Amino acid sequence: MMNEILKIKGLKKSYGKRTVLSVKELSIEKGSVMAIIGPSGAGKSTLLRIINRLETPSAGEIVYFGDTKLTDQSGNIELQRKMTMVFQKPTLLDRSVYDNIAFGLKARKFEKVEIEKRVISALQTIGLLELKDQKARTLSGGEAQRVAFARALVLDPEIILLDEPTANLDPANVGMLEALIRKINLEKGTTVVIVTHNLLQAKRLATHVAFFYDGNLLEYGDMHRVLDDPIKDKTRDFVEGRMIY
Amino acid sequence: MLLEFWDAIKLLSNLDSGLAEIVLLTIYVSGSAVLLAALLGIPAGTWLGMQKQGKVKGLTRLVYTLMGLPPVVGGLIIYLLIRRQGLLGTFGFLYTPTAMIMAQFLLATPIVIGMTSVAVRSKGKNIHETLVSLGARKGLILRSIIWEARYGILGAVIAGFGRVVAEVGAVMMVGGNIEGKTRVMTTTIVLETRKGNFDFALALGLILLIVSFIFNVILYQIQQGGASDDE
Repeated sequence: MMNEILKIKGLKKSYGKRTVLSVKELSIEKGSVMAIIGPSGAGKSTLLRIINRLETPSAGEIVYFGDTKLTDQSGNIELQRKMTMVFQKPTLLDRSVYDNIAFGLKARKFEKVEIEKRVISALQTIGLLELKDQKARTLSGGEAQRVAFARALVLDPEIILLDEPTANLDPANVGMLEALIRKINLEKGTTVVIVTHNLLQAKRLATHVAFFYDGNLLEYGDMHRVLDDPIKDKTRDFVEGRMIY
Repeated sequence: MLLEFWDAIKLLSNLDSGLAEIVLLTIYVSGSAVLLAALLGIPAGTWLGMQKQGKVKGLTRLVYTLMGLPPVVGGLIIYLLIRRQGLLGTFGFLYTPTAMIMAQFLLATPIVIGMTSVAVRSKGKNIHETLVSLGARKGLILRSIIWEARYGILGAVIAGFGRVVAEVGAVMMVGGNIEGKTRVMTTTIVLETRKGNFDFALALGLILLIVSFIFNVILYQIQQGGASDDE
């Protein structure tokens, strides 16, 4: 595949004798939106955590940006800083909304003026400018997730990893965050990898889909091809709602 | 009881130099012991709290056991180390405030380590992963986790201070309760109670409470300070 930003080869994650993830090969194209779908326990979040180097794979490798091979958690902060992750349940720090969003920029030693510019712009985008001085821990679930998004977006990452980011949100917040995902993908060319249970969300957002079942990547490709005309029976069962999980 | 309490209040209002010396020595000994315990215990507890639980199971159990170390046993260990024939015998620490600090340090450190590790474990994993994904370096992650767990860590330091300022066995054993040299509030309370000077003993008890209160207020103020995100 041309222009691939992530290439995963022979990746495995095991706990003792139990293999929870096995991916023979998966390529993610630069500027694409890859939806990782599948039932619970399929290894979707584990894959995302390995890509973000929060977990070490038992075998295999990931090639980042066509040249950087790294599968362990050691070193290379510059690689880490090219991607970021938004978790299903956001962890906000015990400080103001502003300081939470500014955290990654301060860690990168951005100038104060630039930090302020980016944070204020992000606050306007997520509609929380009036709450900038409020303690982040006092926010509602939807507001907290919007702050977590803003905190990731100000970093202008090349890859954004989203682990069921809208799973616990109301439709208004889901709509706002999906619009935001589309915006950064289209305007900035950010590659998005999103784990979701929601097939409709995958259809709304994704250009590509990867289907996981029982720790294995069964198939992946163009979104319409995988969701409308799947090759594997398990994928068909899942997209047609016959798989109970 | 009320009469003794009133006499104690009167004694407090006429604080003599001998009593002031005892109070100051108590603050010096327990304050130094807790400061040293915090310097070692907070980083050690943070490290312990950030490890996978299964990996440090044995070490955690050891720390928890030492949290309940009886003061006299702590005093005995230090005594054996600093007595003339002991490993540190040549330094002449026995019956000095340094010996008392060493004994109280031994008692306070496991408490600071144990309680810090619990505070960090309860916050650490999610914060660690979030900050890694935000591209923070290890030093900043560590400082941020300590900051986020500060209430628990502060509780650990307060508990450590509470333990050592109130103990009598260890300081008696290694300090010897020598007037003007190693006599602290708890050992004086024991002595004065034995002599039947209940009002004086009670006055010291009140001062002990006030010292503890002031210590807590200071730590609370420190806790209200800010943390920097700058690397």
